[in-house]
Amino acid sequence: MTTTQLSRSALLATAFMFALAGCSSVNLDEQKPAPIVDAAPVTATKTDSDPRAVAPVDAQAGRGLDPLNDPNNPLSKRSVFFDFDSFVVKSEYQPIVQTHGSYLGTNKQRRVVVEGHTDERGGREYNLALGQKRAEAVKQRLMLLGVVDSQVETVSFGEEKPRGSGSSEDAWAQNRRADLNYR
Amino acid sequence: MSETITRPASSIRRAVCALILLAPFPLTSSAQLRVEITGVGSQQFPISIANFARNGQAAPAEIDSIIRADLSRSGLFRIIDAGSPAIAENATVNLAEWKGRGADALVVGSIARLADGRFDVRYRLLDTVKQAQLDGLSYVSTAADLRLTAHRIADRIYEKITGERGVFATRIAYVVQTSPKSWELHIADADGFNPQAALRSREPIISPAWSPDGTRLAYVSFESGKPVVYVHSVTTGERRAGANFRGSNSAPAWSPDGRSLAVTLTREGNSQIFLMNADGSNVRRLTTSTGIDTEPAFSVDGGSIYFTSDRGGGPQIYRMPVSGGSAQRVTFNGDYNISARVSPDGKQLAYIGRRGGRLQVYVLDIAGGQEVLVTDTASDESPSFAPNGRLLLYATEVNGRGILASASTDGRVRTRLSGPSGDIREPTWGPFIK
Repeated sequence: MTTTQLSRSALLATAFMFALAGCSSVNLDEQKPAPIVDAAPVTATKTDSDPRAVAPVDAQAGRGLDPLNDPNNPLSKRSVFFDFDSFVVKSEYQPIVQTHGSYLGTNKQRRVVVEGHTDERGGREYNLALGQKRAEAVKQRLMLLGVVDSQVETVSFGEEKPRGSGSSEDAWAQNRRADLNYR
Repeated sequence: MSETITRPASSIRRAVCALILLAPFPLTSSAQLRVEITGVGSQQFPISIANFARNGQAAPAEIDSIIRADLSRSGLFRIIDAGSPAIAENATVNLAEWKGRGADALVVGSIARLADGRFDVRYRLLDTVKQAQLDGLSYVSTAADLRLTAHRIADRIYEKITGERGVFATRIAYVVQTSPKSWELHIADADGFNPQAALRSREPIISPAWSPDGTRLAYVSFESGKPVVYVHSVTTGERRAGANFRGSNSAPAWSPDGRSLAVTLTREGNSQIFLMNADGSNVRRLTTSTGIDTEPAFSVDGGSIYFTSDRGGGPQIYRMPVSGGSAQRVTFNGDYNISARVSPDGKQLAYIGRRGGRLQVYVLDIAGGQEVLVTDTASDESPSFAPNGRLLLYATEVNGRGILASASTDGRVRTRLSGPSGDIREPTWGPFIK
């Protein structure tokens, strides 16, 4: 047995004892004079970790909570609403498009389907084409933010999938929209 | 004395018939459509259809009633009550007496159950003015085909008297939404009866289009989460995606020879019209606008395509060669004209025009440019011509619920077909049956 080995086992034993001590509640003053803590392997103190600790997760690593499923994440806002007979993305919805644009720009593996919708007024096929125009308007904005064509498919549901039912202006306003659906 | 007994009976019978014809919401849970007629044609031919003599077991279909309803719905006939006595096709009839009752023609006939379970239906069409027979025929049909036999007899009567082919034995297709998550593509007789579901889906179905031979339907189904054009063989139920490209695929239209489909695709951006073989091959782009081009409809000769475009601002109808190229604007009244269909003789165009907030069916004389309003409703959609060009079938709304209606192309006679449940839309009238 060499001295190195001796001192290592001594250290481990000390660390073990210290770890045991860490499990019980002790006064801060009593803990203070234990200088050996710096020399001890950090792993030995792991049992003392704060139960409220936050574990940081790298989104790029593809593990943990998907920001798309996080209701507190701005990415959870996925609808852009339009004025009657309009395809202009209004300024109040540009932050939403911006958020998705930067997410898609940095997550090139993600694909999104932009679904255009209209209110019930007018012909079904013409409304399908109008919904497509709305979806295209959102796609053009995303592409200005660096999203590539292959990441975005635009489709339309026309007036077929209303979010608001009935024939009120309130329902119509909910139905004139483009939804971003990640695939 | 016998007259005073039969008269109240026949007027009660009339009242019962009127109730059945006019009830907009039938109390029966039958899945069949009911017919309601509004408006009166100016020159109606007076005809009497006597009850058919029944030999043996009762037939499952009221041949005589079906013939009467068909002829009434055309708007070209006025049915003179023949009373309750049945008159067989071989009975001796005093035609002068029928002329005296106001009928210019009389239909008599019989229905008999054969030993093999089928039915022998015989009929005669008699001219009370010339005192001569105009037609006489016998059909043998199964119980299931008796309605069709009745429609065929009505077609013969219609043709003998008007000189034009009848459309009563043709079929219509339409979409019914039965609940918020349930859509069905139906095929029914032209009178709305005998509906059969060709497709059921939990996603929307729109834009059905009959192939010119009536064997296939092209339509748009959202079942895969986006609009895809399918081609569906009606008799076998076999179906395949006809156009399933990136983006939206919609608005299928058959070329008159049945070999090509014009469709609206968004695979290159906004909605543009493409032509493809009916099997999905050889796709080529026809329009190159920066806006919307959709709802293609072939001219009768197949040489040009009418379509809806917003290239001038609001949607209007344009015409271009079938090979693509420069388009001419066709509609000029109002700021919203969509959903064009060409009449079978190629001379008229039916479409939906929005004027003063009302969406209604208009018919345009293509050569002369005169436009006629043919409906009195306010939310009309999807007009389509009967194969003889006399009537238009369209969708409209009553109390927020989709119903089907038909109107004569001159706008004088309108018929309402309404189902017992569900929201009915997207009707399209099928071709003549060979």
